[in-house]
Amino acid sequence: MDIIKSFENLNPYEYVASIKKATGKSVLAYMCSYTPEEVIYAAGIHPFRIFGMVDAIAKADAYLQVYSCSLVRGALEDALSGKLSFVDGAVFPHTCDSIQRLSDVWRLNAGMKHHFDVVWAVKLNTDSAKKYMYDVLAKFVKELQDAFGITITNEKLEKAVSTYNEIRSLLKTIWQLKSDNKSTLNGSQMNALIKAAMVWDRDELAGMLKNLIPSIELSPKNEKAKRIMLIGGICNHPDIYTYIEDSGGVVVWDDLCTGSRYFEGQIATDSNPLQAIANRYYERNICPAKHRDLNTRVETITSMIREHNVQGAIFLYLKFCDPHSFDYPYIKEALDTMGIPSTLLELELQLPSEGQMKTRLEAFIDMI
Amino acid sequence: MSGEMQDKKDNRIKSVKRMKEIMTNYYIDAKTAAQNNKKVGWITSGGPVEPLLVMDVIPVYPENHGAMIGASKMGVQLCEKSEEMGYCRDLCSYARSDIAAAPINGGPIGGLPRPDFLICCNNICGTVLKWYEVQARYFNVPLFIFDTPFCHKEITQEAKDYVGAQIVEYITFLEEHCGKKFDYDKAKEVGKLSIQGQRLWQAVLDTTMHKPAPMSAFDAFFHLALIVTLRGTQIAVDYYTELLQEMKERNAHGISAIPNEKYRLLWDNLPVWYKTKWLSETFASHDACLVADTYTTAWCRQLDYLDENDFLKSMIEGYTAIYLNIGVDQMADAVIGMVDKYDVDGLVMHSNRSCKPYSLGQYDIQRIVQKKRNIPSLIIEADMLDERNFSESQILTRIEAFMEIIKNKRK
Repeated sequence: MDIIKSFENLNPYEYVASIKKATGKSVLAYMCSYTPEEVIYAAGIHPFRIFGMVDAIAKADAYLQVYSCSLVRGALEDALSGKLSFVDGAVFPHTCDSIQRLSDVWRLNAGMKHHFDVVWAVKLNTDSAKKYMYDVLAKFVKELQDAFGITITNEKLEKAVSTYNEIRSLLKTIWQLKSDNKSTLNGSQMNALIKAAMVWDRDELAGMLKNLIPSIELSPKNEKAKRIMLIGGICNHPDIYTYIEDSGGVVVWDDLCTGSRYFEGQIATDSNPLQAIANRYYERNICPAKHRDLNTRVETITSMIREHNVQGAIFLYLKFCDPHSFDYPYIKEALDTMGIPSTLLELELQLPSEGQMKTRLEAFIDMI
Repeated sequence: MSGEMQDKKDNRIKSVKRMKEIMTNYYIDAKTAAQNNKKVGWITSGGPVEPLLVMDVIPVYPENHGAMIGASKMGVQLCEKSEEMGYCRDLCSYARSDIAAAPINGGPIGGLPRPDFLICCNNICGTVLKWYEVQARYFNVPLFIFDTPFCHKEITQEAKDYVGAQIVEYITFLEEHCGKKFDYDKAKEVGKLSIQGQRLWQAVLDTTMHKPAPMSAFDAFFHLALIVTLRGTQIAVDYYTELLQEMKERNAHGISAIPNEKYRLLWDNLPVWYKTKWLSETFASHDACLVADTYTTAWCRQLDYLDENDFLKSMIEGYTAIYLNIGVDQMADAVIGMVDKYDVDGLVMHSNRSCKPYSLGQYDIQRIVQKKRNIPSLIIEADMLDERNFSESQILTRIEAFMEIIKNKRK
């Protein structure tokens, strides 16, 4: 269990700064799970995700209105207050309006050497969009090569594909063990693990996850807790999992970008690696800022509910996250039709008090 | 009459009456489309409407609906209704009120006509994508998404190719759902009329370079409706020809938007639809006229890109590199261009809770304008339609403080 301890104790910025110091690698910060990490890794650059980890906003309020989400404001706060001074640059994939504008504000004010926009397609259901996704990725590769004076060869891309496929498949195995009641990990450990997976040295990570699995695997236990699924964007509050467990529930699956949206979707290994990577971002489970067809998200979520015998769902939204909030009524309605109770928690920088959270969650879980 | 007290009645813009008639007829046509065997296509305000006109589809604009809901002060009621439906109060108030109006035929015109299909162009925001998904599910009609990649620094060749391909897909979609072929000759005509209308609209807005300005941004918010809804038609061309003539006459006779224009201001962002009169009068009481704005110019800023001889192809840049789909620094350059062109004394920015692409980045634009032109600016925290986010006393205090700075600077 030392592995999980090191994930839980991880201080991402200290850790990444130490990697840079020890290896001389460049490091790139990124904003969302649509970042094509594979090509950054293939470039010999260390990619890591920013979670917006501040307790209070001071400097960022002069740059972004209070009606932008805590992720966007928190990330900018870290940049402006010098906490990211070790970073060589940042990557902004196109997703929501807030991250789109954060990219501009960041480019103008964060004072970083490198800045990349990966302006993906928004509709992911046409051949022209598929071609455009490849073109965008090829452009990003070229920009990385020019900026860092390196060459991203096919061999390097193939290595990246196999590393990321392995990491994602191991993460999925760990999630599946939890769903099968065969895991010793609790929810907050799972949250620490997935966040660490977006920060840790990826070569080392694959080995660690492989070693972790036998140490956490149990024979199936008789679990009485109510089976809960989380639906939303980023979850940077490990305590929520603890409160759910204390209230008689257990998170068995999720549709989060700090969860299954990060690891679902393998990259094909039988074709051109760059094309295969682009296809993975074209085909992966969408975030609501993207479009596939009118019912994709409900179909994905309801099939997860069936597959994992989910008994109740918690919508975990960042306040001011427009794409998720727009999807709420129709997903909730689909869950109601299935007879799956749900509740909505809107999160800001800090969680409401433990007492308040527990009262709400206990009331919800009792009802299931 | 400049400098003298103008008779308030004389001062009014006469074309207003004609405008109201045209909009009434337009909505009657749209609402009776099914009886006349015409298709109705809902489309976003920044969307490529010209192909719809080629196909004889009546374009209907939910955002124009939002503006009417706001101006008739029905926003709060519909927003509250949408909250009962499960939509969060922080979401765009145009979207919320339109979504709430659909099932109850709510709003000032008893709801929009039922669409046969929806055309969503995301050059203005990601919100329209979600809004149109909701409506496509509600009405159970096809949705075409015209996906215009954001241009942080420039429009890339990759984006041009992608948007170019979508113009073909758009036409195919229309042919399929209208059951007839696309008429490329007619497309040329519509393209010409669209460009002509936009040139005239720009010329109308340019008349406010005159001191005193013959109309204000608040007037422009009203007269804008046709360049949005009837762009590409002869009706819009005729109307703006008349309006331009009227503005020229007002300039010739020194008839101004406000009685005693001493200070000229630039407005940024969408109007506060339920408070336009109050805002206009409050500024006028300080002899300040909002002579121009970044919003209404959005429907003619693309003239440099549009090509009469190859309109369909020129839609690629014409609809992708638009004001809200570009980087904050480019937007600041555009604002500075307007500061110079209209010779303004200050900048009034509406920080609009409903519109993140327009509002996030305003603080940077404010700093850039301050640095390069050294003019004062004011940020008004509000919402374009949800009056619950408007604090009149607070905003009045801020306007008064701002006008003090402007006046002191002049001394």
